[in-house]
Amino acid sequence: MSILEYNGAAIIGMAGKDCVGIASDNRLGIQYQTVAMDFKKIFKMNDRLFVGLAGLATDVQTLDQLLRFRMDLYELREEREMSPKVFTNLLSNMLYEKRFGPYFCEPIIAGLDGGGSPYLATMDLIGAQAHSRDFVVAGTCEGNLYGMCETLWRPDMDKEVLFETLAQALLASVDRDALSGWGGVVHIITREGVISRELKGRQD
Amino acid sequence: MSELTDPAIGVDLDFPSGGFSFDNVHRNALIERHISSHPSSSHYPDHHSSSSSANRVVLPLATKTGTTIVGVVYRDGVVLGADTRSTNDATVADKNCEKIHYIAPNIYCCGAGTAADTEKTTELISSQMELLRLNTGDRQSRVVASCTLLKRMLFRYQGYVSAALVLGGCDVDGPHLYQIYPHGSTGKLPYTTMGSGSLAAMAIFESDYRDDMDEVDALGLVRRAILAGIYNDLGSGSNVDTCVIRTDGTVIMGRNDIMPNEVGPIRERVNRSDALNMRPGTTAVLDDAYVGSGGRNGGTMMVGGVSLADVTVTAMET
Repeated sequence: MSILEYNGAAIIGMAGKDCVGIASDNRLGIQYQTVAMDFKKIFKMNDRLFVGLAGLATDVQTLDQLLRFRMDLYELREEREMSPKVFTNLLSNMLYEKRFGPYFCEPIIAGLDGGGSPYLATMDLIGAQAHSRDFVVAGTCEGNLYGMCETLWRPDMDKEVLFETLAQALLASVDRDALSGWGGVVHIITREGVISRELKGRQD
Repeated sequence: MSELTDPAIGVDLDFPSGGFSFDNVHRNALIERHISSHPSSSHYPDHHSSSSSANRVVLPLATKTGTTIVGVVYRDGVVLGADTRSTNDATVADKNCEKIHYIAPNIYCCGAGTAADTEKTTELISSQMELLRLNTGDRQSRVVASCTLLKRMLFRYQGYVSAALVLGGCDVDGPHLYQIYPHGSTGKLPYTTMGSGSLAAMAIFESDYRDDMDEVDALGLVRRAILAGIYNDLGSGSNVDTCVIRTDGTVIMGRNDIMPNEVGPIRERVNRSDALNMRPGTTAVLDDAYVGSGGRNGGTMMVGGVSLADVTVTAMET
């Protein structure tokens, strides 16, 4: 039992055509005991940038607060929004600073860059970045998520197809994982705005 | 740092002083103790094996580079090579990562070991090298200087910063190639390999290396060595990256020099079932919300729920 599997999580980031999506499950558990079915794991950093945090729930919330603080400070100082690339480096350095006493958290960053094209990144719990052009996954059913995404993803999906693909990949994956599930949420980020949908999922 | 920082500039208190933070170490030790004393759940039977110590593995694994990295000196410079796979346990975490890191315009460094350590260590030394150039007014960095900075950093952390490096570059003294172990020991060699695929790659070097090769031969040797790692070592895979650093100062980065494992053409050949193409309306949705993007387009910036346009600026009383 890894501490990353203590609370349970499943998060996917996926790229479409001029849009990008991020999805997570809703469960908070303590090992096999489910505690809440409305636990927030995806956080909006700005209109074009979301971060999903999979791992130990206490660190998920701590990191969200730290990131919120750094984002607000940056925006006040610079009078502009942080780009996904800068944000990824910020988070990576925050995690690596704690190299020898890490936050037990694996983040996924999904956003639109300056040119409005999809940006996807993930990192391990000590901040080693990995970038992807198709999809990134994290959580207790990482293997399932990889399998579903490899099967369902295709290039240049529009926002509605991207939503369905994300939703089906997530729901199918968490149904084969005891530690995640209880519904999910999908955010589709476009240049015009953000679509957020709560998914109906199995409650077992 | 002291040797690189001018004390006259002073310290900016707004920035953290740098270095590692050990804030969570005690907490994490307590978590480790807590979890291992309650293996899995007490309410449910253990699915793995009742006396398994595997079940008590608590600290999560960091991403490793796995890696085959090599370097070779030839007549007019140095050639570096690397594969592009990074792994998390047995899962491929990144199929096309970059392992040849920039140190200075004339120096590059291949990294193997814990991915975050190789990335951040080379980044830090690269920044120190640039500061050193600016402070000394030198036009060009020397390879031995970056080797010294790297080995000091790694020795200080007693091998816990697990970065195994192949450092190559050309300076006024000609081409140089160093290998640096995680504990801080170094060697200056004509050819070297590192990482889990080092044995496969060294087999190629030991049979085919010759002194004073030309660039074409050296590049061919490096490519073959990396391919040996890709095919014979499970920790290495995907593509070959190369980097040629010549004594005349030119650098040729061969990012994805050879791509023998492309999935694109294979994906296209698969007859994809129409059932896998998602149709809008498939998924049951409980709640649907749309938030139009305000900020940038509206011309006002929102910070912490307050628009900057709402803030009235009044002159300070003096």
